[in-house]
Amino acid sequence: MERPEQGLGEPDSHPRANGCSLTGHGALRNGYVRGLPEAETQIHHITHNGGLYKRPFNEAFEETPMLVAVLTYVGYGVLTLFGYLRDFLRQWKIEKCHHASEREEQKDFVPLYQDFENFYTRNLYMRIRDSWNRAICSVPGAKVDMLERLSHDYNWTFAYTGRVIKDVINMGSYNYLGFAQNTGICKEAAAKVLTQYGAGVCSTRQEMGNLDKHEELEKLVARFLGVEAAMTYGMGFSTNSMNIPALVGKGCLILSDELNHASLVLGARLSGATIRIFKHNNMQSLEKLLKDAIVHGQPRTRRPWKKILILVEGIYSMEGSIVRLPEVVALKKKYKSYLYLDEAHSIGALGLTGRGVVEYFGLNPEDVDVMMGTFTKSFGAAGGYIGGKKELIDYLRTHSHSAVYATSLSPPVMEQILISMKCIMGEDGTTFGKDCVQRLAENTRYFRRRLKEMGFIIYGNEDSPVVPLMLYMPAKIGAFGREMLKRNIGVVVVGFPATPIIESRARFCVSAAHTKEILDTVLKELDEVGDLLQLKYSRHRLVPLLDRPFDETTYEETED
Amino acid sequence: MDIKHAKDYLYWLYYQYLLITCCYVLEPWEQSMFHTIFITVFAMVVYTAYVFIPIHIHLALEFFSQLLGDQRESTVAIMK
Repeated sequence: MERPEQGLGEPDSHPRANGCSLTGHGALRNGYVRGLPEAETQIHHITHNGGLYKRPFNEAFEETPMLVAVLTYVGYGVLTLFGYLRDFLRQWKIEKCHHASEREEQKDFVPLYQDFENFYTRNLYMRIRDSWNRAICSVPGAKVDMLERLSHDYNWTFAYTGRVIKDVINMGSYNYLGFAQNTGICKEAAAKVLTQYGAGVCSTRQEMGNLDKHEELEKLVARFLGVEAAMTYGMGFSTNSMNIPALVGKGCLILSDELNHASLVLGARLSGATIRIFKHNNMQSLEKLLKDAIVHGQPRTRRPWKKILILVEGIYSMEGSIVRLPEVVALKKKYKSYLYLDEAHSIGALGLTGRGVVEYFGLNPEDVDVMMGTFTKSFGAAGGYIGGKKELIDYLRTHSHSAVYATSLSPPVMEQILISMKCIMGEDGTTFGKDCVQRLAENTRYFRRRLKEMGFIIYGNEDSPVVPLMLYMPAKIGAFGREMLKRNIGVVVVGFPATPIIESRARFCVSAAHTKEILDTVLKELDEVGDLLQLKYSRHRLVPLLDRPFDETTYEETED
Repeated sequence: MDIKHAKDYLYWLYYQYLLITCCYVLEPWEQSMFHTIFITVFAMVVYTAYVFIPIHIHLALEFFSQLLGDQRESTVAIMK
């Protein structure tokens, strides 16, 4: 059932998924929640924040039901008690000890393995470990082949049976636009470049590793993003961790979001700057920190900070939330600080033509000082890039640790990026790229809407292709992974320490490569598994978005 | 057919119990231990309820009826 385009007779408040027309989305519009009139009006009011947003911003994090929270703690309590029992048995040699421990002669030395810190790993993670590190043996497209494995000693060791589980529906790969393929134009071009250049570069950017392909790729990336210049790096993680130290140092201030990725945290710590953390996506918290920084300056000397850098991500992969970029940019301009935007998950996945979160909000790319992203997610390749003003990129070419010490991108990988980027921009003459972006937006909306209708608790923004489905109880983490694999669907489940202890979840990554039939199959199985495991916790009561006054006593301050 | 439905439903309830108390991830001997302890505690709770709740309710009702019914008499009631 297709809804007619351009909304016959409806005014411009008709929501558009990434600028694409909606098809058959009758149930949810503008973040309406069925059955609760107050919630509807609240969300309506909050999303149009002073005219900064040109489109409705629908983000929701439903509260954990009280009973579920209590039962989760009960479950963790039981597991902790049994953990202590097992540790006791292992200590007194009643049971065989599988994990690493020192030799007898070294028992009196300073401990090499901190036994208590690994309590969680030994006693909880090991029991459900078979849901992680599964070996796949084909290209991670919409469907993937997996090696079957068994464990005879409760997940301490695994044995491969030799059988291959074919055509497992892949809901875990970051394959947002479907470029992870081993057929098609990308593959042909990459194969040609492989015969021409070989696979390895064998040098760093500054020495002999600067190929003509690098220059070509960087010009293309700069054109794609709409910035003056760009620089590419071999590894996405190291793009963050090696370049933030080059940009800021001692005497600078970093304001980083609570839920930033490990690479950003590592880069911030390595830089030696002072780090202050603001609550996740909370603009009041950020403004308070900025005000304090400007008014009070550095801690003891009261001198002004040399630089203030705000670190945010485009899409946060554990929550599925999108950064409130218009407000961040407004704050940045008001307090004269710099903005570092990590678009690892949002480049290619958001925006009308896939240019990322800047295009999604309709902002000017020049407002973001440092635009960072990776090629691993939407482009099906590897590596990262940083885009910005020409002076910035020229500075990074000489001062970035990655440029000096790390090997540059490999030629076939670069060709994959070049072809996929040209495809997304439409420069290869087809509309394949634009269709992919549109299909991703439709798939995202459809998937999220159906899951919410079924009664699951889903976190995050309506337009984000990362869909976290809440599981909460530790036994359900393992059960969910196994049940879905039995039904030939591969999912990624996440627990502590990547998430808060009671908020464990299953994270789905919707892809443009998923057809509607695949999504319907997955939704049908999710319905079954949801009923089997009792996962439909939602009471359709959304927490209103965070426009409440900020609580002064709750932000942390870390100084080095 | 009904027996089968009933059996399936009971098995599903047992599965929920395993999931909520995290017995699902424990090894069989740990599960047996947990079931034993749980059933023991539950049996003790049921026994305590059976033995003591009627007597306590009876006493409470007598106390309040004495209090409300006859306010001139002494409020201390001697029980047997």
